[in-house]
Amino acid sequence: MIDKIILAILVSAISFFSVYVTTPFLIKRLEKRNLTVKDYNRVGGAMVPRPGGPSILVGILASEFTLYAFFPATEILAIIITTSLAFVVGLVDDRKVLGGWFKPVALAISAVPIILLGTYTPHLSFPLFGFVRIPELYIALVIFMIPVTGNTINSIDVLNGVASGFMTIASFALTVSLFIIHNYDIALASLPLGFVSLAFYKYHKFPSRIFPGDSGALTLGAMYGVLAIVGHVEIIAAVALLPAVINSFLFLSSVKRIIEHRQIKSNPVTHTDDFKLMATGDKDAPITLVRLILAGGPMTEKQVGFVIFRLAIFSAVLAIATAFMTGVKI
Amino acid sequence: MKGIQIFLFIFVMWILIIVGGGLLVSIIAPITISGYGKLNSILDSGVKALIAMILVVAWIFILSKIKNWIFYQQIKN
Repeated sequence: MIDKIILAILVSAISFFSVYVTTPFLIKRLEKRNLTVKDYNRVGGAMVPRPGGPSILVGILASEFTLYAFFPATEILAIIITTSLAFVVGLVDDRKVLGGWFKPVALAISAVPIILLGTYTPHLSFPLFGFVRIPELYIALVIFMIPVTGNTINSIDVLNGVASGFMTIASFALTVSLFIIHNYDIALASLPLGFVSLAFYKYHKFPSRIFPGDSGALTLGAMYGVLAIVGHVEIIAAVALLPAVINSFLFLSSVKRIIEHRQIKSNPVTHTDDFKLMATGDKDAPITLVRLILAGGPMTEKQVGFVIFRLAIFSAVLAIATAFMTGVKI
Repeated sequence: MKGIQIFLFIFVMWILIIVGGGLLVSIIAPITISGYGKLNSILDSGVKALIAMILVVAWIFILSKIKNWIFYQQIKN
């Protein structure tokens, strides 16, 4: 047990400090190459470097390879390969404008290593009622899950610090849940996700010094999805992700098709004279989580971010409660 | 607290997940279809998948109604 605690501290430190140290260099490099985008929610519209995905991937790979050196499990290989493929998909999308279907299809292909390595158990465990065995359907679920988690995190990356802060809360909830259900090995493998997100949040929080971009958001989302599958905590993971799921659900139920955010003609959020965020009155604009929060009245970007974090903490508590309930059968 | 209805929305989603899981494990999974020879397993999976899809549609319908209610409540306030 002591060796696992030491390993947990080691991988957490590696993941946190890799991102903490490499991100300032990445910011400088992106600024030098003029790879910046306008932050429309900031007064004057500051130019912010993007994407931060490379430093996120460095943190994940450094810590997961260290873990693999001490504890060579195929589950860790699945995490490394699928997360890296998702990063490549995101990086391509950061560089080129691609259609709305590109990301879901490419992310579905990224999930294939999980199946090829056989790092899944075709059971779905439900709280209080036990599990259901779905051998054929589970493979479809694996293919479906990575695009869903990847795009769900990507779709919540709309305000400074939200994607990384949200991911920090959700992934630590997942780690705690994995400990609760006694899946210590995958709990160890999940620690880097929380610490990478936390370190990146330092630079991504309001006012952002860097944006994660598609490469960063998809990397975080895909890794979360792989952890849910290899850790057999699919339902718990879905619960921890509920605010982001709601955001995707609201968006899809408004626009009724899969499209990129840049394809939306009417923006769901506008600005007041003092540059607070305000829900638009445009009936054609999609309903999103941010628009729903702002329907109560204008707020600053930072305030909206904190409302989302409170929702994430609430979902994290529900996820941990679900983990406790998973061990109980009525 | 701002947006208390959204917390309620998340809580309702959580309850629906637990109830849906319960229905899946205790009622739908044990269903077995027999008397159709080689078609038994296909019919069995088809019926289960159909019930699961109906549940998902019902789930989305309930959530859409709650979403609209929350949105108009927020605007009214």
